[in-house]
Amino acid sequence: MMQDLSRFVQPGRVHRQIYTDPAIFELEMQRIFGVAWIYVGHESQVKQPGDYVRSFIGRKPVVLVRDEEGQIRVIHNQCAHRGSMVVANDKGNAGEFQCCYHGWTYHLDGRLKAVPLQHGYPRDFDPKNPRTAMVQAPRVASYRGFVFASEAPDGPSLEDFLGYMTTSLDDMVDRAPEGEIEAAGGVFRHAYDGNWKLYLENLCDAAHPWFTHRSSIDAAQRQSDDAFSDGSGEIAIRQMRQNGAPYSFWESQVGIWTYPNGHSYLGDYHDDAKLVAALKDPLFRQYIAALEGKKGKQETRRILEVRRWNSNVYPNLSFMSQFQQLRVVHPLAVDRTVVCTYNFRLKGAPEQLFRNTISFANTVNGTGSLVLTDDLEIYNRIGMGLSSAGAEWIEVGRGLQSDLPDAHGGRRGANSTSEIYIRNMLDAWLRYMSNGRAQSALQ
Amino acid sequence: MARRPKRARKPAAPRRRTLFSALAGAARGPAQQRLDLRRCEQFLLHEARLLDDGKFDDWLALFTPEAWYWVPSEPDQADPYETVSLIYDDRRLLETRVRRLSSPRMYSQEPRSRTSRIVTNVTIEETGPLPGLPRARGREGSGCVVRSKFMMIEFRREQQRLFGGTVLHHLVQSGGRIMIAWKRVNLVNCDAPLDGITVPF
Repeated sequence: MMQDLSRFVQPGRVHRQIYTDPAIFELEMQRIFGVAWIYVGHESQVKQPGDYVRSFIGRKPVVLVRDEEGQIRVIHNQCAHRGSMVVANDKGNAGEFQCCYHGWTYHLDGRLKAVPLQHGYPRDFDPKNPRTAMVQAPRVASYRGFVFASEAPDGPSLEDFLGYMTTSLDDMVDRAPEGEIEAAGGVFRHAYDGNWKLYLENLCDAAHPWFTHRSSIDAAQRQSDDAFSDGSGEIAIRQMRQNGAPYSFWESQVGIWTYPNGHSYLGDYHDDAKLVAALKDPLFRQYIAALEGKKGKQETRRILEVRRWNSNVYPNLSFMSQFQQLRVVHPLAVDRTVVCTYNFRLKGAPEQLFRNTISFANTVNGTGSLVLTDDLEIYNRIGMGLSSAGAEWIEVGRGLQSDLPDAHGGRRGANSTSEIYIRNMLDAWLRYMSNGRAQSALQ
Repeated sequence: MARRPKRARKPAAPRRRTLFSALAGAARGPAQQRLDLRRCEQFLLHEARLLDDGKFDDWLALFTPEAWYWVPSEPDQADPYETVSLIYDDRRLLETRVRRLSSPRMYSQEPRSRTSRIVTNVTIEETGPLPGLPRARGREGSGCVVRSKFMMIEFRREQQRLFGGTVLHHLVQSGGRIMIAWKRVNLVNCDAPLDGITVPF
């Protein structure tokens, strides 16, 4: 069955089995999550030597740590002796890592430091032998603070892998007056009974809010603005109302762009009128003043005219630069996925701006949000629907005939409602899954 | 545009029951009953019953006009402004949440959840300060903070889930009725990976 995976993808459609077959999932863990650059965390989560956070490469638990020399390392969270998980806390600061089973102690980069009762091990036991170390991910690289790891010893560099998507990451960082962002404000961990691919396939879907989010759109549209708000509800309700924008908006004002390796972003066409509208907000004016103070008027204007909504870096990262949101996809099983979402503080921006980021996060990423809960329901329903062989194929052909080439080596939809970004991810899927041999089958 | 009160930067000064009683006494008319443990407990049971019965409009009517409802995402979370929350609703958002619960197109409640709650270990907090509680606003400062334990079984589709934790209610009296000035729900598993939460605790 695994000999020819290209039979699962055809122009404008895909077979349901790639979302439901445990054998295909196992292969994805090897050929996609075992090869691609996987986002594992942000440098600001490990500011000082010894700072660490737990993370994952696919299903493999790893530790993102800053070692004594200040270098970022990603090591597999397993003792080289009997395999026990070594680091048990989600985050912290440590001078060394020690296994609680027999006391094997490791340097922060995973090298073995000391072993109790060393005389009892075989004569050729050597603490310098890599076999006695916690295993490092073979390649670790950062782009402007965003840390990725790859389990493949060779392959494209991180920047080649990201390609034009570096501009979305730039947008996230450039918006900070001091040119630096830091992870802050906690994390949401939300879960659903469905395949990991469904999450990214929804994040740039401009055609679903009108239906999926109908209940929150209706409730927000009927909400009186006279009711008390401390600012939190005001932002939430504004966002929910925006989800109710008519199709004409999504078809004329919003676009979808896709790039090699499965990446994509949903964006706003540059429109000065929107910038002018934001200028009326005193907080935003304060923020612009801070940006202009550090970067000058011209650069500030350039930064604010970049209007990216959700940017997806295949296979496990989605972020939104405008409100400093970042989501990481953790596949647990073919039919179970956890998504962790993070927020970033723009250094040098007014304090209130981060409160807006938190309110926005609660609205779109919150486990109890009025919006996200309907998305989670959709993932569950797709999971249930696709588990039946009653219908074999899924249609992903919207926009197939009208998609256009993009100036930066990618392709874009004629407007935001094209499913081009799903076809683009499935192209990447097929290429990874056939070890780079299969040609584009969907476009 | 609504008022945006400044966030409390210092914890409130320690308060004792005598102070609460004095404040409550000053606010209530001669006919108003004392807000004692029995009445508070009865109120919490009434609230739990409204939620189990799906009478969300009646539940909303228990909240004061400037109330907030908060389910933190971290144990001991200091405030709802600098850290994300599973739910943080000011009055305006709480109204929208409840209105959505009655929508036939709320797909995450199709089919509806059935819930069953147990409320117990009810105590009136005798002394402050209460760490991690934003300042009660305006005139709603009098009354008492009630601590309780809850367990809620939720059944929906083919799955049953169990939630549990500690709840803090700030109860006040208004026109002879007990009302909720704020409610904080500390889930024991607030930082776990969780499937969507649609029914309020």
